[in-house]
Amino acid sequence: MSGVFSPTRAKIKERTLRTDKWWLQPAITFAVLFSFIIYATFRAFEGDNYFVEPLISPFYSPCLSQACVEGSTIFGWTPVSAEIFNFALSPALIILIFPLGFRMTCYYYRKAYYRAFWLSPPACAVAEPHSKYTGETRAPLILQNAHRWFFYAGLLFNVFLTYDAVISFKNAEGEWGHMSVGSLVLLASSTLLWFYSLSCHTCRHTVGGRLKHFSKHPIRYKLWSWVSVLNHSHQQFAWYSLAAVAFADIYVRQVATGAWTNFYFF
Amino acid sequence: MTNALERHKYDVLVIGAGGAGLRAAVEARESGLRVAIICKSLFGKAHTVMAEGGAAASMGNANSNDNWKVHFRDTMRGGKFLNHFRMAELHAKESPDRIWELEMWGALFDRTKEGKISQRNFGGHEYPRLAHVGDRTGLELIRTMQQKIVALQQADKREHGDYESHIKVFAELTITEILKENGKIAGAYGYWRESGSEVLFEAPAVIIATGGVGKTFKITSNSWEGTGDGHALALKAGANLVDMEFLQFHPTGMVWPPSVRGILVTESVRGEGGILTNNKGERFMFKYIPDVFKDKYADNEAEADRWYEDQDNNRRPPELLPRDEVARAINSEVKAGRGTEHGGVFLDVSKRLSAEVIKKRLPSMWHQFYELAGVDITKEPMEVGPTCHYVMGGVEVEPDTAAAVGVPGLFAAGEVAGGMHGSNRLGGNSLSDLLVFGRRAGMGAAAYVKQTTATPVSDANVAAAAARIEAPFARSGGENSYSLHAELQEVTHNLVGIIRTGAELKDAIEKIAEIRKRSANVAVAGGRKFNPGFHLAFDLDNMLLVAESTAKSAIGREESRGGHTRDDFPGMDSGWRQYNHISSFDGTQVSVRKQALPFMPKDLFDLFEVDELKKYMTPEEIAKGGSN
Amino acid sequence: MARKINLRIWRGDSTNGGLQDVQVEANEGEVVLDVIHRVQATQMGDLAVRWNCKAGKCGSCSMEINGKPRLACMTQVAAYGEDETITVTPLRAFPVIKDLVTDVSFNYQKAMEIPAYAPPADLKPGEARMEQVDVERSQEFRKCIECFLCQNTCHVIRDHEENKKSFAGPRFFIRIAELDMHPLDILKNRKRTAQEEHGLGMCNITKCCTEVCPEHIKITDNAIIPMKERVVDIKYDPARMFSGLLKREKRN
Ligand SMILES: Cc1cc2nc3c(=O)[nH]c(=O)nc-3n(C[C@H](O)[C@H](O)[C@H](O)COP(=O)(O)OP(=O)(O)OC[C@H]3O[C@@H](n4cnc5c(N)ncnc54)[C@H](O)[C@@H]3O)c2cc1C
Ligand code: SF4
Ligand code: SF4
Ligand code: FES
Ligand code: FES
Repeated sequence: MSGVFSPTRAKIKERTLRTDKWWLQPAITFAVLFSFIIYATFRAFEGDNYFVEPLISPFYSPCLSQACVEGSTIFGWTPVSAEIFNFALSPALIILIFPLGFRMTCYYYRKAYYRAFWLSPPACAVAEPHSKYTGETRAPLILQNAHRWFFYAGLLFNVFLTYDAVISFKNAEGEWGHMSVGSLVLLASSTLLWFYSLSCHTCRHTVGGRLKHFSKHPIRYKLWSWVSVLNHSHQQFAWYSLAAVAFADIYVRQVATGAWTNFYFF
Repeated sequence: MTNALERHKYDVLVIGAGGAGLRAAVEARESGLRVAIICKSLFGKAHTVMAEGGAAASMGNANSNDNWKVHFRDTMRGGKFLNHFRMAELHAKESPDRIWELEMWGALFDRTKEGKISQRNFGGHEYPRLAHVGDRTGLELIRTMQQKIVALQQADKREHGDYESHIKVFAELTITEILKENGKIAGAYGYWRESGSEVLFEAPAVIIATGGVGKTFKITSNSWEGTGDGHALALKAGANLVDMEFLQFHPTGMVWPPSVRGILVTESVRGEGGILTNNKGERFMFKYIPDVFKDKYADNEAEADRWYEDQDNNRRPPELLPRDEVARAINSEVKAGRGTEHGGVFLDVSKRLSAEVIKKRLPSMWHQFYELAGVDITKEPMEVGPTCHYVMGGVEVEPDTAAAVGVPGLFAAGEVAGGMHGSNRLGGNSLSDLLVFGRRAGMGAAAYVKQTTATPVSDANVAAAAARIEAPFARSGGENSYSLHAELQEVTHNLVGIIRTGAELKDAIEKIAEIRKRSANVAVAGGRKFNPGFHLAFDLDNMLLVAESTAKSAIGREESRGGHTRDDFPGMDSGWRQYNHISSFDGTQVSVRKQALPFMPKDLFDLFEVDELKKYMTPEEIAKGGSN
Repeated sequence: MARKINLRIWRGDSTNGGLQDVQVEANEGEVVLDVIHRVQATQMGDLAVRWNCKAGKCGSCSMEINGKPRLACMTQVAAYGEDETITVTPLRAFPVIKDLVTDVSFNYQKAMEIPAYAPPADLKPGEARMEQVDVERSQEFRKCIECFLCQNTCHVIRDHEENKKSFAGPRFFIRIAELDMHPLDILKNRKRTAQEEHGLGMCNITKCCTEVCPEHIKITDNAIIPMKERVVDIKYDPARMFSGLLKREKRN
């Protein structure tokens, strides 16, 4: 008998007296995140259909393994030997850990999955099912503090993905000055990723939030103000960028398998 | 019963945890004494949290011409020269230090460009003078001092191992009696609201800082705590109340829906261009411009409207007349049958300003009406009417020590003390009053305690106080305190309200006496544990004494001045300015007598132009040119 | 236009209690506190409820209305359906005293444990200079009216009584943040004690405190997360770890 059923509290037998649909939000979050995880896992292990000139799936970029299909690497730089994975594992697995870690430790996603997956709590003023709780004070959850590391890595990834978007403004023959639906898809997903990263709480803190006196650092204060505006919509950027990345991958895959044709505007 | 009684011994007892009480407690503790703070609600909830506008102090941050002399003059003018000059002087001189001190304790006021405390304009203040934090200055004040007290407790913990060894807050405890032995203060008696069980405090000094009396009236901006407990406790302990006829009615309180009746609608609504109309759609304030203001206020709509754009070449709209004028005008309209359905008038900003501008300039008002009343002030008019806001009258004290006259060991500060504001208080002068005289009360009490010896409270005294608490439980089938309270509010509202006449006051005095007789028979249902019916029974008794004192003071003063308007004596009378009204209590009823006002010394007298003084003083007084 | 509404009120004390149904009149524009007062004046003279200002300014009238932590004086009756029963209970994270009144002393205890504001020793009254931009962040937190709804809704203590000793709660995380961001506060170890003594790490940023705050203080985004980031600065920052700065800042 703990929590709201502790002996000193008002004797009410319901776990919650909320009458609204409090379970809807966590249910949706669960459904969407779960589908994404299933899809992403499938794709990460597929090891194929991630590149079609000039498009590369964001799940596989940067492609650093010698196992990468031709043309998908960055200037042919493949520091990771294919043997490491012995072909059994796909090149995506080398890199996915970073964007995955970034999102796993993201303050917003933490809220989302603590609520939807761990029910801790499922919704406000709804008793959680666990009898013990220590929060983020010990392993493994203390590792959430690594978010800053992933943030820096995430920025690097954004550079790669932006590079991918830029080179997608070529045609299949490698000539510049063309634009296809695929280029727009990659552009949208990399742009939204920038918004997601720049609106990150760690970003807000690093550009200026850690300061005590804004007045002594006018430029950082300006930056902080801008990032704060973006930060307001961090939740939205989290979802939009997730959807955009997933869609970019689906698009590349469909084009790579030949299901869809990548329409060129010019 | 008595052997199980909870007992505490302290050096100083502070009754009230509003701005005044907390400041007093800090001072007493810092002079090395052990202090108890007692309040009826939780710590940090006192009425002071509701203050919005700011605290007046002539720091001169916004205009360097400001200084204590200007502030002193403004205060005296506002009070129509009935103020105790010495209190007004101390207040004007010490307010800046009290505000700066708050800053040292962690308060974060809004800032000027140079990084100083920003100051804003307010009615009656010649220069921008109110230190403020948005529209929540009272909250900042309370919280800062609450946190200062915690800081003192932390220091005590380091030194004595216990946070509460030297300063302890007794929250949700109501004091029902102040106890004396041999004519000196010996302690106080009360009960825990939570359990209903009784407590005896023994202390040689008691500081009353219980705030106002608004709940005596039907429509008020005050919270339930404003039941005049301290006024009544002091009366019963043998102290005097001074000038209880003076009550400030703020012209614009909400009147509808009932849930929000009385809640304050800030003056800035009119400042931003809100216009007042009656049920005929007529902008009635033009009819109510007194002669003395004719040259300053516009007498037609066109000019009034132009003023907002061009203040140099047009006269101000009459909606911006002083508080008492506007309150009286609204009252007359309603009495003449031109009020709204719910007994107010319309205040409309939606015609003049766009929705966007309203939300930007009056955010808290927009929220207040939207969340509390479901009224969108960007589209609809508000219904407003006068609301009882502040009591100028209160315990008669020595200005320098805040010692209550006639009762050794008793002190009073804050709204419960009288004299400082004369017949009318200026906005912003209350918060600074709390700080200045709260501190002085703390000092006064400390000095007193150090030169006196504590007297234990006698068993007989304790038994009598206990019997009084037990009484309403012993009765059955008696009167209901809720309905008696409602009746009292009806009487004060109708007969002792904003406009008074001799006949109505006479009627009121009789009715109040009758309710008081019936209140002796109040019975309480239920047990002692957190029982609001029981709590109200005691509050009611206090409100009745306050109402009696107000009505009796009002019937005596045959003139109109500041917060006291007599329909049968509409003018201000310099003869009456020479007198305070002193209420005292003989155990059965309140009696009121005239007492000569202290003379203003020459150096203060000389701060004014003689022409101005002529409006208030008699030629003989002016010829004397102040005393000493 | 008065109408009858169904109110279900929790009555009882720490030993026993339950929900009681009453019918009560509600007028147009009234808030839940109004109808509770009407019940008190007409049917249950000894119904216990806390309130003060009735204007959302003092934070006294905190309770749970249809399961949600709210201020009763800021909750319109009209927000609920015509036939809906409105259920009011005391706060469920704190020990109940009687009816709608709970023992919130936990919060005052925690308030005493947060180290007070510490200005520089040589600062003289009247000489403080602070820029508006530097005080704005802390001012947001000082809007707090201490209604303790955030404390009540926080699952760390609501659902785990045993955590009360090691967790200060969102109200006091904003207090710590306020002081850490105060331009003149010089106490250096607020970040470390926030994590090691006041339980900042127990918060899993699920944002219920922000959801219920009647003052709309962005508790999580503007106080808790920035404090967690500041803790990362001194304990887990990669750049600082590599540059060995961490050691020197251990004292902070
Ligand atoms: C809406 C509003 C806005 C205002 N705005 C301003 C403004 O902008 N500027 C300004 O200067 N003034 C303003 N005022 C006036 C000012 O707020 C009050 O005059 C002032 O706060 C009174 O403070 P106090 O310390 O005397 O008492 P309060 O703050 O009223 O505190 C009284 C204390 O006494 C305790 N108490 C009472 N009776 C007992 C008892 N029997 N036993 C134990 N404890 C008891 C109470 O619990 C409480 O703690 C405003 C007032 C209102 C209503
Ligand atoms: S965000 Fe943290 S502090 Fe706020 S309610 Fe959730 S766990 Fe508690
Ligand atoms: S932070 Fe908000 S919810 Fe928490 S106590 Fe303060 S006002 Fe209430
Ligand atoms: S907080 Fe979401 S990415 Fe950093
Ligand atoms: S009564 Fe003050 S907040 Fe509700």
